[in-house]
Amino acid sequence: MCLAIPARVDELTGAGNALVNLGGMRKEISLALVEDVAVGDYVIVHVGYALQKLDQEEAERTLAMFAQMSEIDDLSAMNDPPNTPAS
Amino acid sequence: MSGNKQDHMRGLDLKRGRVEMSHGAGGRAMAQLIAGMFTAAFDNSYLATGNDGALLPRADGRLVMSCDSHVVSPLFFAGGDIGCLSVHGTINDVAMMGAKPLYLSASFILEEGFPLADLKRIVESMAGAARAAGVPIVTGDTKVVEQGKGDGVFITTTGVGVARDGVSLSGDLARPGDAILLSGPIGDHGMAVLSQRENLTFDAPIMSDTAALHGLVETMLDSGVKLRVLRDPTRGGLAATLNEVATQSGVGMMLQESAIPVNRPVEAACEFLGLDPLYVANEGKLIAICEPRDAQRLLYVMRAHPLARDAAVIGEVREDAHGFVQMVTRLGGRRIVDWLAGEQLPRIC
Amino acid sequence: MKYVDEFRDGSLARNIAANIAREATAATGYRLMEFCGGHTHAISRYGIADLLPPSVRMVHGPGCPVCVLPIGRVDQAVCLAREHGVILCTYADTMRVPCSDNLTLMRAKADGADVRMVYSTQDALKIARDNPGRQVVFFAIGFETTTPPTAVAVKQAGSEGVNNFSILCNHVLTPSAMHAILAAEAGVALDGFVGPAHVSTVIGSEPYEPFADDYGKPVVIAGFEPLDVMQAILMLVRQINDGRAQVENEFTRAVTREGNSKAQALVAECFTLRDSFEWRGLGTVPHSALKLRSEFAEFDAELRFGVDYVAVPDHKACECAAILRGEKLPQECRIFGTACTPATPVGSCMVSSEGACAAHYSYGRFREAAG
Repeated sequence: MCLAIPARVDELTGAGNALVNLGGMRKEISLALVEDVAVGDYVIVHVGYALQKLDQEEAERTLAMFAQMSEIDDLSAMNDPPNTPAS
Repeated sequence: MSGNKQDHMRGLDLKRGRVEMSHGAGGRAMAQLIAGMFTAAFDNSYLATGNDGALLPRADGRLVMSCDSHVVSPLFFAGGDIGCLSVHGTINDVAMMGAKPLYLSASFILEEGFPLADLKRIVESMAGAARAAGVPIVTGDTKVVEQGKGDGVFITTTGVGVARDGVSLSGDLARPGDAILLSGPIGDHGMAVLSQRENLTFDAPIMSDTAALHGLVETMLDSGVKLRVLRDPTRGGLAATLNEVATQSGVGMMLQESAIPVNRPVEAACEFLGLDPLYVANEGKLIAICEPRDAQRLLYVMRAHPLARDAAVIGEVREDAHGFVQMVTRLGGRRIVDWLAGEQLPRIC
Repeated sequence: MKYVDEFRDGSLARNIAANIAREATAATGYRLMEFCGGHTHAISRYGIADLLPPSVRMVHGPGCPVCVLPIGRVDQAVCLAREHGVILCTYADTMRVPCSDNLTLMRAKADGADVRMVYSTQDALKIARDNPGRQVVFFAIGFETTTPPTAVAVKQAGSEGVNNFSILCNHVLTPSAMHAILAAEAGVALDGFVGPAHVSTVIGSEPYEPFADDYGKPVVIAGFEPLDVMQAILMLVRQINDGRAQVENEFTRAVTREGNSKAQALVAECFTLRDSFEWRGLGTVPHSALKLRSEFAEFDAELRFGVDYVAVPDHKACECAAILRGEKLPQECRIFGTACTPATPVGSCMVSSEGACAAHYSYGRFREAAG
């Protein structure tokens, strides 16, 4: 039950709703589950509600991670893998 | 003739009038409706005779006939309406057989209470589509059902055409190695209709791609390329059409997802509703299957035509006892493009 | 589409695949379960299995709320529509689920019951407002992603006095299901979990920490796009190679440790834990599902209409239970692809397009056929 898409907040409309934009398609959704949303923010939309704001910096970081080439011979990389939470 | 037209028109209140049971009863009211609405709009010598049938000239070749019913809701949508859709749909069916469409018939089932103003809009749209295509509507029929027993209007059109000599197109002629071409982006018609139903709005609205394809088909036939299969992917989308052909021909297919054109807003709308564009209806596109050595030439010919500027080679036919239509995904993995059981429903999952 | 297209890039996929191939060197292989149905769907739809080395095997989990909905619960919805004459509002996903007497909500609708597909709980509320003389029931299903939208609607109904509105509550909890799998006696050998994407935006990464700690299995929360899933698989491979069992987050652009506290608070305000709930395929699981709190009891359709839950056993040949726990593959079920297909689903795994069987049938069954 996960289908959710990231969409850009184009406009804040009345009654706690927003007009969001996905690839040129616009729909009015509810902001009842999030706070401090501004025009230009991206939100994850599920069944007509914004569930969370999308952290755009983290998105870029994740994309950069995809592009990394793993160095299996690099011992330091093996001992200290990226994204490990502090134990 | 025009004097008579005025008499008939006086009886019809096109602004506020509605369809009544009498309009289907065969009496004066029905004659008024036919003359004032249909004959006036479709405007050709066959209808003007006022006979129940059209006496047509001798045909110079093998006859092709096709028939289509139209029950689309809503009746009016971005890029078209049930009227032009019914004209294009049947013209296309005849054209897919490699035939030149010559004549159309149109039968209407009207719901009591349907606004005459809307009927006029639809009829004029049909007339315009028929005129632009050069295929007259030469005979027809009208019936009226009680309020609540119909969805405004249902239209059935039948088309007759003549097959080109030496051309034999059929869904069972695809052979392993053949190229599969698609004339343009998929999903526009279905999403235009669904967007209206679901009240979705767009920066640039999705327009139905409804169009008469017989001109494009003629250009393709003129090119000298030996075509094996032509088909228009309407209900059920590209996936249904390719599966039909694969089954008829006893072959499999391998498509390239990255080669299949989809317009941006259609992609976004599908994404939002959890739909797959492969299963969404088209009304102005065709697929063509030809020998591999002809693929590039056919592509060139298609792209020169205004209705196929974005034509692409989307895959190839292959040996497959199971008849699977497979696809290489944009990620490089593989999946099948299965035949859907029924109508695709929006997913939330 | 920004933040979608970039996460489906073919060349990045090949890069991650190369990384996985390089690093997945353990002789015993890697059995990873993707819990969430959305991930099952993404894996099948993009053919991700083709991009993984043979040592990495994906096992499909029970994270498909339609799949785990027992027949008896759908019967309740159908009963409300047919016998109580309510306007039954539902997400499209439930329309084709087969229940008792050869019925589905779709068939009930064809027979004249007022069943309406909605996209959002707001649509259902609107229908209730627009039809004050009719009872409107919303068929509330889903994991933690979908529960907050129901909570919003119930609260709104309360404050606005939309008294003809009620919900048939079938909201279930992810950690409970994961626990049921891991604690199962037959115990399928799993080396790690790909954690759900959007459930985690709501509940955060913290609830998964007990699984890593107590069962010693790594969990990596993955975003919804195919590149996210592949990167999460790589991160799991690394943990397993290192002998670590931690909760890691690949979906950092939308998931934090705490999750969405506003949504969590709303859910806590409206719902409370049921003592137990029957899951299709997993049996009865304690503290795994929600019901409305007594303050909102008037909006509980089960109480309002007195429809009781009657358990209905699955078809004898149905292997959904084993498949949902990851013990069997779809193609190992006797009736897969023959009696049981998406057009004629017998079991829950075939009903929803995210179910393991439906996903395999629709996207992947060419793999066995080729052999």
